[in-house]
Amino acid sequence: MKPPPFAYFDPTTLEEALGLKAQHGLDASVLAGGQSLVPLLNMRLASPEVLVDTNRVDGLGGLRRSNGTLELGSMVRQYVLEDDEVVAQAVPLLAAAARHVGHRENRHRGTVGGSLAHADPAAELPCLALVLSAELVARSNRGERVIPASDFFDGFMSTVLQPDEILTAVRIPVPAGNVGWGFEEVARRFGDFALAAAAALVTLGDDGSVASASVALAGVSDTPVRATEYEQALVGTDPTPDNVASAARIIERLVTTSDDIHATQVYRRKVAAVTASRAVTAAVNRARGGE
Amino acid sequence: MAGDMRSITLTINGRQLSRDVETRLTLADFLRDHLDLTGVHLGCEHGVCGCCTVLLDGRSVRSCLMFAVQADGHEIETVEGLSTDIDKLHPIQEAFSEEHALQCGFCTPAMILRTKELITNDGELSREEIREQLSGILCRCTGYQNIVNAVVSAREKMHDPQVAGR
Ligand code: FES
Ligand code: FES
Repeated sequence: MKPPPFAYFDPTTLEEALGLKAQHGLDASVLAGGQSLVPLLNMRLASPEVLVDTNRVDGLGGLRRSNGTLELGSMVRQYVLEDDEVVAQAVPLLAAAARHVGHRENRHRGTVGGSLAHADPAAELPCLALVLSAELVARSNRGERVIPASDFFDGFMSTVLQPDEILTAVRIPVPAGNVGWGFEEVARRFGDFALAAAAALVTLGDDGSVASASVALAGVSDTPVRATEYEQALVGTDPTPDNVASAARIIERLVTTSDDIHATQVYRRKVAAVTASRAVTAAVNRARGGE
Repeated sequence: MAGDMRSITLTINGRQLSRDVETRLTLADFLRDHLDLTGVHLGCEHGVCGCCTVLLDGRSVRSCLMFAVQADGHEIETVEGLSTDIDKLHPIQEAFSEEHALQCGFCTPAMILRTKELITNDGELSREEIREQLSGILCRCTGYQNIVNAVVSAREKMHDPQVAGR
């Protein structure tokens, strides 16, 4: 259980880091918080020739809110989402869901960008990026690319990031108007990866019906998924718990994760539909001004 | 053991020191094998058990998931930083002993450091919250009941002006 040898670099500027990625491409892994990569190294499931440690790179660890956007540097630690007042004000969904990301000890090191780039389909942050319609900023020596979260995850633990690119920031539109949020997760133990997790944003119209809904799930497929059909089924309806739950049956079809040691597919379908409807109901209650 | 070497300087349990390390050496192995701080326990070496927890600049982290080079310039605290003298235990160590919060002791250094962090930063946590906050460290012996008792008792001791100074 010791990592294989690698050439180690810990640049202090983004330019140097990008230079290393340009030079080594796929042979170089970016080491962010290390909560997923280092286990892979220790178990020798990964053996990159080069590690580009971005922990000392200047300028990737900040966060700010401006013009309706919350921008998080890719090296913002996950515990900051939990603790920071600006995050709690701007995107309370993110602040509340963050405590489900691993354990507190993991969140002290783990980063926002690291989790997104690792793209574990059962992880919370990729699912949150989708539900919040975040944009991901990737840099390389060729320039900057802004990628909508909906285009970012392109397969099992795989993203559209190119071998010379590094994720530098995430931009999250601050939800505005009469909008509520919900997050529900079922895991075998607190802090484990989700059997299924669902995040929801719901906007209510003046008559109390659903004006718009955004729902995403983790743990149910090769990538995090948006439940588009469910969202459409909700719009225009009176979101009573019964209506929300019966419409959630559609969710069962999204579940493609096959039987594993944690759950059968049949069970996961049920859990996915229930977490989604609970997340939506919580969002509706918050949009109505309740807690 | 040919490998990428680096010289690092860091503060460990209040003492500054410098060493040459291979870049792939984990912080846990550095603390145990190079500095004899064997209170850092390795259960799984891949981030699952939490027994290797140390405080990095006051925050709990899994030392098996960091490289020693990454701690260059930082401050580390291990359980040895609290007390190694059986007659002068730190109040948290006392609480763990009095409440029978350990059996084999494998998870104990991690639990004690995490308790120190919780008492310092998080104020009045309920028993339920304490459980959630300890969820990152696995104990295979105690059933956690007495560990939660010890955290509560340690907090009382630390808030008692008679012992708080220690
Ligand atoms: S040894 Fe580090 S978490 Fe188990
Ligand atoms: S006392 Fe044995 S593992 Fe906790």
